[in-house]
Amino acid sequence: MAEERSRIARRVAMEFRDGQIVNLGIGMPTMAANFVPDDVTIVLQSENGFVGMGPSPEPGTEDPDLINAGNQYVTVLPGAAFFDSALSFAIIRGGHVDVTVLGALEVDELGNIASYIIPGKLVAGMGGAMDLCTGARRVIIAITHCDKRGNPKIRRRCTLPLTAVEEADLIVTDKAVIERTAEGLILREVATDSSVDEVVALTEATLIVPAEVGRFD
Amino acid sequence: MNGAATTINKETTLSDAVGRIEPGATVMVGGFMTVGTPENLVDELVRQGQARLRVVCNDAGTPGRGVGKLVRSGQIASFVTSHIGLNPEMGQAMTDGRVDVELVPQGTLAERIRSAGAGLGGFLTPTGVGTVVQEGKQVLSIDGRDYLLELPLRGHVALVRAQVADRMGNLRFYRSARNFNPLIAMACDYVIAQVDRIVDTGEIDPDSVMLPGILVDALVIATGEVNNG
Repeated sequence: MAEERSRIARRVAMEFRDGQIVNLGIGMPTMAANFVPDDVTIVLQSENGFVGMGPSPEPGTEDPDLINAGNQYVTVLPGAAFFDSALSFAIIRGGHVDVTVLGALEVDELGNIASYIIPGKLVAGMGGAMDLCTGARRVIIAITHCDKRGNPKIRRRCTLPLTAVEEADLIVTDKAVIERTAEGLILREVATDSSVDEVVALTEATLIVPAEVGRFD
Repeated sequence: MNGAATTINKETTLSDAVGRIEPGATVMVGGFMTVGTPENLVDELVRQGQARLRVVCNDAGTPGRGVGKLVRSGQIASFVTSHIGLNPEMGQAMTDGRVDVELVPQGTLAERIRSAGAGLGGFLTPTGVGTVVQEGKQVLSIDGRDYLLELPLRGHVALVRAQVADRMGNLRFYRSARNFNPLIAMACDYVIAQVDRIVDTGEIDPDSVMLPGILVDALVIATGEVNNG
């Protein structure tokens, strides 16, 4: 499981381009910051009110007033800036965030995303996810290909309440990289220890399989 | 007129300031996962025990911390928030029907509060279109894109936390503790700021003031945990 999660984070980080403003969701998306290539510099936005987020602090140097949106202590880098929640979300909705990476419970053929509630079971709330999916220029969904019981998370249609409609641009899982286009979901890459057949079998949504499918590990 | 402003001193006692909250009031509380939440003001509200409150806060805090104290004390009748995931006690209170929870996307919550404080009748946002957030709301199409009409959110009392105030109430916030604090101060009738320290008026450079003191009614000096950066 840990290996799958780092693989996803590592592959997500390859999507970042030099100079991009990026917002990372809780969990695997946050891990992507550890794998940003050396020749790429990105600026991390944290929706609780700053840009220029740095790595975790050394033990003993935590600032109790400096957390990321996942409630973890963080640091800021030279050039950082703090602001209030209205400006933070104006930055997000206004298209000033280039990429957001988010986890999800389900994502579907149309790019619909469900991530914040399982009726009768889990009520967490959407937090900033709806604004991020709607406002960020590119939405990358970072998920394990199947849930803990082996059910596909990439569905024909989401069955859970939606976080956003037709906003997912790229889906990165432990088995595949899938692009959402006007034509449908295109299988771009499969993991080196998987295969096109396995990915298709473990995906409820219809996948368009081009002649050339790349590999990643 | 000359020099009159410098005689203003908004420092008051904790009990007097929080005593302005009436039972049934709408109370807005600053903070994100309790960072920026004025814990002394919340403690005093628990001690005074005003009931049937409508509370507005980004999240439900954690069990026994931040707004979580008011969940535990049973003083909240309704709660407007973006996230309750880190406080299972709020989840339980919601399931049991003890607290009526309205979930609002975080950016929409911030902007609804900002709208109230800015005298606006609402705003149009693409966030939530096609989701349950759209239910019961007017949808307007502007230049081919759909937007939801979201309405302003006002409060009676704001519980704000800042790092430094001068005696007139000019505030400076610190790091990620700013979040909703300046917004709720604009949107409430009575604004109480818990601050780590109070300096003489004029000691904060006017260019460094993050919230003008005209928006703050009462200052209370924090006791206990203080982060002076």
